[in-house]
Amino acid sequence: MSAVIENHHDDHHHGPAKGLSRWLYTTNHKDIGTLYLWFSFAMFLIGGAMAMIIRAELFQPGMQIVEPEFYNQMITLHGLIMIFGGVMPAFVGLANWLVPMMVGAPDMALPRMNNLSFWILPFAFFILLASLFMEGGAPNFGWTFYAPLSTTYAPPSVTFFIFSVHIMGASSIMGAINVIVTIMNMRAPGMDLMKMPLFVWSWLITAYLLIAVMPVLAGAVTMMLMDIHFGTSFFNAAGGGDPVLFQHIFWFFGHPEVYIMILPAFGIVSHIIETFSRKQLFGYSSMVWAMLSIAILSFVVWAHHMFTVGMPLAAELFFMWATMLIAVPTGVKVFNWIATMFKGSMTFETPMLFACAFVVLFTLGGFSGLMLAITPADFQYHDTYFVVAHFHYVLVPGSIFSIMAAVYYWIPKWSGNMYDERLGKLHFWLSFIGVNVTFFPQHFIGLAGMPRRYPDYALQFADWNMISTVGAFLFGISQVFFLFIVIKTVMGGKKATDQVWEGARGLEWTVASPAPYHTFETPPKVD
Amino acid sequence: MNSNGKKTIKFLGATVVAMFFFSFALVPLYNVFCEVTGINGKIFQSNDSDQYASFEGRDVAVQFISSNNENMPWTFKPSDEVMGVVTGKYYNANFYVKNTTGKTMTAQAVPSIAPSNAAAHLKKLECFCFEQQELAPGEEALLPVKFLISNELPETIQNVILSYTIFDITDYNQEKLAHNNMQLEKN
Repeated sequence: MSAVIENHHDDHHHGPAKGLSRWLYTTNHKDIGTLYLWFSFAMFLIGGAMAMIIRAELFQPGMQIVEPEFYNQMITLHGLIMIFGGVMPAFVGLANWLVPMMVGAPDMALPRMNNLSFWILPFAFFILLASLFMEGGAPNFGWTFYAPLSTTYAPPSVTFFIFSVHIMGASSIMGAINVIVTIMNMRAPGMDLMKMPLFVWSWLITAYLLIAVMPVLAGAVTMMLMDIHFGTSFFNAAGGGDPVLFQHIFWFFGHPEVYIMILPAFGIVSHIIETFSRKQLFGYSSMVWAMLSIAILSFVVWAHHMFTVGMPLAAELFFMWATMLIAVPTGVKVFNWIATMFKGSMTFETPMLFACAFVVLFTLGGFSGLMLAITPADFQYHDTYFVVAHFHYVLVPGSIFSIMAAVYYWIPKWSGNMYDERLGKLHFWLSFIGVNVTFFPQHFIGLAGMPRRYPDYALQFADWNMISTVGAFLFGISQVFFLFIVIKTVMGGKKATDQVWEGARGLEWTVASPAPYHTFETPPKVD
Repeated sequence: MNSNGKKTIKFLGATVVAMFFFSFALVPLYNVFCEVTGINGKIFQSNDSDQYASFEGRDVAVQFISSNNENMPWTFKPSDEVMGVVTGKYYNANFYVKNTTGKTMTAQAVPSIAPSNAAAHLKKLECFCFEQQELAPGEEALLPVKFLISNELPETIQNVILSYTIFDITDYNQEKLAHNNMQLEKN
């Protein structure tokens, strides 16, 4: 045993291994962070290509490019890939890179589990994408996979979908356990909970949400599996089950899930606004309490996704008020971001542009969410493009803009090179215009009554759909441009200083750029 | 890894397992919730019969609706579409059913009541939905339901809709289905 330990000690200060085995066997949090980020980028482009197929079909009314069955598969896979393959792994990648450096830890607490939680992900998505080539095609029941559409009437590939969701869930749960154990046990001496950087706080809360709801998702797909193959009747009315029960279980997972996709974004944006306003963040502790109350409220609002299934009036009112209550802590956060900017000496480098767009456009998405929370109005909006516009506004210029902001903000620390500011700003403006041209018109066609998830539509929606498609392709192409910028930065460019940004605070800026393979082997002292 | 770390991991692992089982616990919780609130059109019989003693009922129209589950080819329709009833009295209604296929099939009807707050006040003494129906090719039958609408029916309700959806359950485990259904009615 001792020989092994000594061996390990001997190559402790070596750099990474060479070649493919570095990436396969790595237990280094920075390597795994990089793997997660590249993986999510690949999924983002694949899911984006599917979005382009959807928008191309909707360019004009009538069926033009794809079969309706294939269209259904595209909307299903687009949703699943963007959520479970794009946004979530990107945030886990950022957590891997940043949480140990921000709390002054040498690595994640469970490095081998970290390796496992990443390397099972490609298999999950291989299975999911392989279902496209199976008999009967890929899952076609929408990303919410409501029973009985996903049980009695599902294509045979639904079983592969279920296993793929199980693997994604296992990966997320392991990632979340790792984050919590790291934050709770490996902080540098002197770093109390209320001194932790906000990104760390946001991930601590997110990880607890993941621990609480990913097993419920696993339970839901397990019940589906049993209904399909083992003759149970969880969701089958003929056998005494109830399809509406599926929706309750799904959204009990689903609503906390949407906060899992936005809380880390709150953390990122807080850091960036603080840095480029050259001021201390306004209202740190209220930010923490706001995130905690959003997380707790997320467990008691799930049925606002299903106002139209026929609930008693008391339940509809409860879920309406509980949902509206979430606007209060969210409003506190938006207020604090703006108060941080107030009288700051602001500059607008690319990360700050994305962060400002986040504040404005996420708030807009929040407002349409409030409209949807009004039960009687929701009966009109339910399952229209207004809902599509709402959740794309909170996810694309919300979560995804925050991820892009994070990449621009920390890539000098990761790669040691500054990105090209001119190209970064161009990417921002193309994305900003693209996203608004794509999704803003969807509010109009939604309010006018265009239902979501159909490959065809009535003629009166034609103009706005055409504009939306043009915006979607602009947005899509500018993300390929983003890929070019990232590769160019990693390959070379102006060397970054250790501090990188004038106003940046936090332990990650005290290490060299690029960050050495091992950091904080002796914990720093935090006052 | 220090002992605090191990403790955290154990706690988190236990939480994951507990939440997985919680998702299954939602199934009985949901049924209890539906029973207590009487929503979802599910019928849960109550045993207090005192309320039927008085015959000062009022007039209510009961409408019968039948529908077939997608894979069910049988003919299935009510003998009368609407029936005027007085609350607090028992009535009989019939549904006509015919197996139009060339093979012996088993069917199960699942009831639903609208508006949902009437569900608790429609009592069925006898119903074909309590049992399964097995019909030979071409066989037809009249399926009876004996029901009463209690005097407690909210004043605002003038019409009650009793609808049945008929499912093909030939391929299902019959005993289990019968058992499930009895449980549902007993509750």
